[in-house]
Amino acid sequence: MTVAVQKTQRPQRTGNEEPPAPARRAPTVSRSMIVAAILVVWLVLFAVLRGKQTLSLAAADLTDLHRWFNDVNDSIGANRNSNPLFLYFFNEIRLVIDTLVTFVQELISQPTAGRPVPQIGWLGVVGLVGYVSWAVGNWRVALLAVAGFTFLGLQGLWQESMDTLALTLSAVFVALLFALPLGVWAGLSDRVNRIVTPFLDFMQTMPTFVYLAPLTLFFLIGPASATIATAIYAAPPAIRITAHAIRSVPETTVEAADSMGATRRQALLKVLLPMSKRTVVMGVNQTIMAALAMVTIAALINAPGLGATVVQALQSLDVGTAFNAGLAIVVLAIVLDRVTTAASGRADTARGSDSPFLKWRRQLVAAGGVVAAVLVYLSHTYLWAAEFPGEGSTGSTIARAATDVTTWAQDNLSGLTNAFRDVLTNGLLNPFQTLLTDSPWWLVGAALVALGTVLGGWRAGATSAVCVGLLIGTGVWSDAMTTLASTAVATVLVMLLGVVLGVWMGRSALVDRLLRPSLDAAQVMPPFVYLVPFLALFGATRFTAIVAAIVYAAPVAIKIIADGVRAVPGTTVEAAMSTGCNTWQIITKVQLPMSRGALTLATNQGLIYVLSMVVVGGLVGAGALGYDVVAGFSQGQLYGKGLAAGLAIVLLGVMFDRITQAAARRAGA
Amino acid sequence: MARHWRAGAAGLAVLGLTLTACGGAKVGDDSAAGSGSAGKCGTFNLAINPWVGYEANAAVLAYVAEHDLGCKVEQKDLKEEIAWQGFGTGEVDAVVENWGHDDLKKKYITDQKTAVEAGPTGNKGLIGWYVPPWLAKAHPDITDWKNLNKYASKFKTSESGGKGQLLDGDPSFVTNDEALVKNLKLDFKVVYAGSETALIQAYRNAEKNKQWVIGYFYEPQWFMSEVPLKKVSLPEYKTGCDADAEKVACDYPVYELDKIVSAKFAKSGSPAYDLVKNFTWTNDDQNTVAKYIAVDKMAPEAAAKKWVEANRGKVDAWIK
Repeated sequence: MTVAVQKTQRPQRTGNEEPPAPARRAPTVSRSMIVAAILVVWLVLFAVLRGKQTLSLAAADLTDLHRWFNDVNDSIGANRNSNPLFLYFFNEIRLVIDTLVTFVQELISQPTAGRPVPQIGWLGVVGLVGYVSWAVGNWRVALLAVAGFTFLGLQGLWQESMDTLALTLSAVFVALLFALPLGVWAGLSDRVNRIVTPFLDFMQTMPTFVYLAPLTLFFLIGPASATIATAIYAAPPAIRITAHAIRSVPETTVEAADSMGATRRQALLKVLLPMSKRTVVMGVNQTIMAALAMVTIAALINAPGLGATVVQALQSLDVGTAFNAGLAIVVLAIVLDRVTTAASGRADTARGSDSPFLKWRRQLVAAGGVVAAVLVYLSHTYLWAAEFPGEGSTGSTIARAATDVTTWAQDNLSGLTNAFRDVLTNGLLNPFQTLLTDSPWWLVGAALVALGTVLGGWRAGATSAVCVGLLIGTGVWSDAMTTLASTAVATVLVMLLGVVLGVWMGRSALVDRLLRPSLDAAQVMPPFVYLVPFLALFGATRFTAIVAAIVYAAPVAIKIIADGVRAVPGTTVEAAMSTGCNTWQIITKVQLPMSRGALTLATNQGLIYVLSMVVVGGLVGAGALGYDVVAGFSQGQLYGKGLAAGLAIVLLGVMFDRITQAAARRAGA
Repeated sequence: MARHWRAGAAGLAVLGLTLTACGGAKVGDDSAAGSGSAGKCGTFNLAINPWVGYEANAAVLAYVAEHDLGCKVEQKDLKEEIAWQGFGTGEVDAVVENWGHDDLKKKYITDQKTAVEAGPTGNKGLIGWYVPPWLAKAHPDITDWKNLNKYASKFKTSESGGKGQLLDGDPSFVTNDEALVKNLKLDFKVVYAGSETALIQAYRNAEKNKQWVIGYFYEPQWFMSEVPLKKVSLPEYKTGCDADAEKVACDYPVYELDKIVSAKFAKSGSPAYDLVKNFTWTNDDQNTVAKYIAVDKMAPEAAAKKWVEANRGKVDAWIK
């Protein structure tokens, strides 16, 4: 949920130490002139060369690369049962993970042998969650956790929620098992960090649909595949943030430890790890959030839980039921987020505080433990504490209300929304897409490399060149350009929303407090839930895909910009006020320019988040790469093309990430 | 402080004991009811592909297997491709509504020999181009493909680049539509909606707001009981007219929907295999159960129960 917060700190900190000098303005002006020049040249050449060498490929056509991917996939499937790698390696991993997941499931969600209910019933889980939240966090989050989990039961989704929780916890556990040591290593060694980074990019931007089918080939259908798919997606944030945390320990501290004769091991265990604890916990938080984002996708390979409910409701377009289950995911996410955030805060305060409360605390914790244990025992023994009472009538009320709201919106707003869609599509999206898809490939490629170089420097330019080359190699160039056009338009809209709401939130704590929960909800609500109403409002169009992407990506941008605006020193704003600036001037002349680092970072994150919605867009009419991936997942003979399209999404992501990050560093410097 | 702690612990113990004493029914008290006849059937792994028609087949089969044969039915939510993969690894015993999928048949039945066919379900699968009923009523000649160009401009949308829009695209189904549009010289562009959900929503809107929509659809489908779409007739299908994907200019074949089981399951002698093999019913039967599930929002088990109780004769023919 707060992916960005960690990342913002970097550019911002440098920005605050060194306010932008006026002398720097000159190169920015000339840079924007170069950009304009590139665009003009592009437009002129486009007018001349339109429709030539566009490398377009029809939906059912394949290239040799795609066929080769198919063959590799087939031969793995055919040799599965005789290959020793499978027999002794993958099967062993599967067994271990299956055992782990089954254990957690039998504990809280699934009936075990001889028992019609899990070992710990609802009362025990609620008690445990409350107790743990209080012990690692504070009593406020404990209250939230108890209320949240009880709400899950009232929704009539207790077992589904526990299934989801069991899978999420197992996946997070597996992910952290690898992520934390790897993160520490990457934090200590620059070389490891450089090697690991592209893999992390890959894991985060490669659409899960692409590797879901092969995973079930390696690890069979069952909890292991679902857990591993989730862990692959969820591990990168923990690795990145842990590495970042280790790196941000002040060098002087490490040197001090060195000079006192600490060994490497001692320095790590006694200095580096304790000092980066707080940030590492934030990494764990991000991993949990990412794991929850995979709930609906894992449902496609038979992972039980809330995701299955959402997917099933979608088949009959039952928005109400899907929303109820989606809301349960949001509740789980918010509880887990707030508890881990509180835990990271505690990791900070616990170190310094020496209050007498600390002595009390040990006994209180023990007493709480006893209470929790009693509740667990009760829920193990008695039916009333094992099975959540009631019929989940709250859930059906929520479902009905959601259905009514969507029906009303569809009946009353669709004229308005269609007009809005047509204006944006014809005015902005179509011309831009034509420019990208109808220009010769080498022209677009050259323009991208040139823009990358101007905005991000030579290194970013080189990266763009490599990415453009590989994009052509994937054979889905034309589709990639179509997707790029929608992505760019979505990012522009995300930034517009981000600036407006971000500035508003940054300037007012009240607005921040009111908006933030809905932003969190928008980020974790599975997109499948709101696709149906969006389809009703905007039809099966690229625009629907753009709107869905905005819902998912805008919260990140808004939060980053809000944090950036808030970080502008109050004295500067006061000084501007005293010179007679009005609010508009303060925003445009002081607050926005001074949070330039945050703005660039928001663009970066906004774009990456929009890209991660490309596949969802493919489900509602965006076509292009998203559709290729979905079709590849559904039809064997298109598998290779889907994989290539997935790679193209990764390449687009890496290219823009490098360009915007380089630009952010420049803006911050 | 220590005294507080002891008092607290004592209080808790008392509370705990009280709750235990008047605790109510214990877990396991009624365990006798659940473990009935496991029978010789054992576990039956049934794949559930993600569409309602399939779920209707599966729900009825699962209900019968559980209640009449005493099997333990494991239902697994899987996409087709992954379900077929599961035949080889022993995680899936049966797929009970298969649409053609000649590529998968070649791969798993002919080459890997992990799957075998278990006969038709009795359902006829139609694929083709459909228009909403209001449109077929207002312009009856639209259901002939020869007249489509006359109306092409009415089907224009923001996505179709000046041509008429042919809304395609449940990604799970094979489509020849791009070739069809080209070879029949239609002034249309294929736009990929990308999911069944998107197609259904498009037709639903079109019927309600009298919009012009033509698209790729199929039956049996529960949505037909909500909005009975009208099929557009394309040049008649003849065997082999779709052999060259580039040159297709004819309608889609009528699919004999069938059942596929794993080779191991077929040899196992499980009564569940005989049930799957004998299972056939009509499109109307499936539509009835699918409607219970999708429109009346019944749980699949409840829908299956309702149908089985009303059609005992058909069910008995499967398990005799």
